[in-house]
Amino acid sequence: MTRTQETGPVLILGATSDIALAIAHQYGAQGRALVLAARAPDQLDRQCQDLRVRHGVEVSTRAFDVLDIEGHASFAQSLDPMPTTIVCAVGYMGDEETSRNDAAAADLVMRSNFSGPAILAEALCQRWVRDGLTGTLIGISSVAGDRGRAKNSYYGSAKAGFTAFLSGLRQRLNGTGIHVMTVNPGFVATRMTEGMDLPKPLTLQPGAVARDVIKADRSRSNVVYDWRWRIVMTAVRLLPEGIFKKLKF
Amino acid sequence: MTVLSGWGRYPRVDCRTFVTPRHPDEVAAPVGAPGSAIAQGNARSYGDSALSRETVVSSRHLTCLIDFDAETGLLTCEAGVVLADILRVFVPRGFFPPVSPGTKFVTVGGMIAADVHGKNHHRDGSFGRHVAWLDLLTADGTVVRCSHDQNRDLFDWTIGGMGLTGIILRAAFRLRRIETAYIRQKTLAAANLGEAMDILDREDGWTYSVAWIDCLTRGDAAGRSLVYLGEHAGVGDLTPRQAARPLEPGRRRKLSVPIDLPSWTLNRWSVKAFNELYYRRGRQKTDQVIDYDTYFYPLDNVLGWNRIYGRRGFAQYQFVLPLERSRDGMKEALECISRSGCGSFLSVLKRFGPQDSAFSFPMEGYTLALDFPLTQRAERLFEELDTIVIRHGGRLYLAKDARLPAASLQTMDARAEAFRRWREESGARDAFRSHQSERLGL
Repeated sequence: MTRTQETGPVLILGATSDIALAIAHQYGAQGRALVLAARAPDQLDRQCQDLRVRHGVEVSTRAFDVLDIEGHASFAQSLDPMPTTIVCAVGYMGDEETSRNDAAAADLVMRSNFSGPAILAEALCQRWVRDGLTGTLIGISSVAGDRGRAKNSYYGSAKAGFTAFLSGLRQRLNGTGIHVMTVNPGFVATRMTEGMDLPKPLTLQPGAVARDVIKADRSRSNVVYDWRWRIVMTAVRLLPEGIFKKLKF
Repeated sequence: MTVLSGWGRYPRVDCRTFVTPRHPDEVAAPVGAPGSAIAQGNARSYGDSALSRETVVSSRHLTCLIDFDAETGLLTCEAGVVLADILRVFVPRGFFPPVSPGTKFVTVGGMIAADVHGKNHHRDGSFGRHVAWLDLLTADGTVVRCSHDQNRDLFDWTIGGMGLTGIILRAAFRLRRIETAYIRQKTLAAANLGEAMDILDREDGWTYSVAWIDCLTRGDAAGRSLVYLGEHAGVGDLTPRQAARPLEPGRRRKLSVPIDLPSWTLNRWSVKAFNELYYRRGRQKTDQVIDYDTYFYPLDNVLGWNRIYGRRGFAQYQFVLPLERSRDGMKEALECISRSGCGSFLSVLKRFGPQDSAFSFPMEGYTLALDFPLTQRAERLFEELDTIVIRHGGRLYLAKDARLPAASLQTMDARAEAFRRWREESGARDAFRSHQSERLGL
């Protein structure tokens, strides 16, 4: 089989998350081989088997830790074959209250969502460049990165960093055949948000996010929002700071 | 506290602990905690079978497929896998569920617990007949594999046991081969109940058969029906366009009911008018080839159709009568319904084959399924129907029940007492209880 963007293997980083698995199912349904990478890949045994039975595709796992920034270059180098699509769904919400009072907890949120994923993305893209390959890197960021809020200033600022990094990477790699896509989901009903009181009309199922991602991948979009969230976030971004700071949402 | 209800939206029950384990190994902990537990799948049973004031263990995250053997059609999966998912994956590969209820939004665990039946019951029995084995988390916290050869007693009570023997974690069952995703349907009009039953008796060679029945007509036309007979279509039955992709019919648009309709929308006059139109239109259709979705799950294409009954909800009433009493009993039941003036919007008559496992609903005979908006008049009607069912030696389908009194169940179904005793002896009675089992004293 020739190696093209549409048929090559897909690497999913942070594969235990619900969004990541939903994306894995979408690519699996297209017949793409899947590599699921997570800190504890043995937790994915059931899901791997499920992907195989459902889609009849090859599924393998890799262990990796997004916080091990020293290891990212060798992780990227060790991938064989090198995937044509890479989805970075790594994320950690943490607890805002805890982050305020515990520097280590705050640092963990910021490294898990920003420096870890950014340095990893860099390493992976460099491997593509070095080997003369093309590829698509899909970074799952968040609407939380669009504007800092009192309720999630740590998570939000880290995601803002990741979003800005992806934007820079996209510009740098423009014209090389390596495409960088940023996905900014709003509220998604996942394990991360379980038990949170989210507004139902604005809360998507992981499968809906995954379908948006696949569609956007096909059309090589740059920045992806659910249409409802695009409206909401446009409004949120346009609010003058003098008003924004007084709001309680 | 979580407020839970079934598909009929009655009753609503405050549940103390609603858990959604992410791994089958996580199910044991909430079951071992003090108090009783009951499993819940996609909450499509109509009444309170999967509700409890104590612990409800949802299988919504236990949705992995485990194995599929294309030689034998044996599918192994977790209990929370929804039938719609199985159809999506396996119809394009030429396989179909062995038995399918009227909705595809049910889970494998739920289909086993209620031992669901389909339009092919007279030939293929209920879902349980096709289950090779299942893994059950029992009262003492151990997971027991059961089948016809292994822990047979437990297997037998679990199929149709309404979740009251333990929590089903996984199961293996056989899918049937299909050549196309289409059904060849033949529609026969029957002028009254007797004729409908004659047709169902005579045409038992068809894999699928069911009758839509008009419960509001009286006299000679009482129980006029449209009998739908169905067979999996072969490639030769299809149009060239369908035959090009025989296992992949196009997707249909879904409608949804966005709001609760006012509860007066469905009354005896509107239902009567609907029935008249439906019967006339149906009489003109004879032979058709339709996709499986349209044939098996017409209501699934109206998402949230339970909202047409308004906020106060509705109740289904489905009973079966033994063959030798079916003609008299059904006639009596229809007279009773017609007299009551309650319009049943969806009434379905079906011929059953014999009972399959210890506490399964079906028995050789005829079953009638009705649904009514919940009104006091409907409740009085249900009580009258209970007496008719008891008098003719029939019984009710617990997956649709939300109101049967314990005393009526005891008189109606001798197996209830045996089941209760078995539950007591096995320890299941302390560990697994639903709002329904409490109500029925099971």
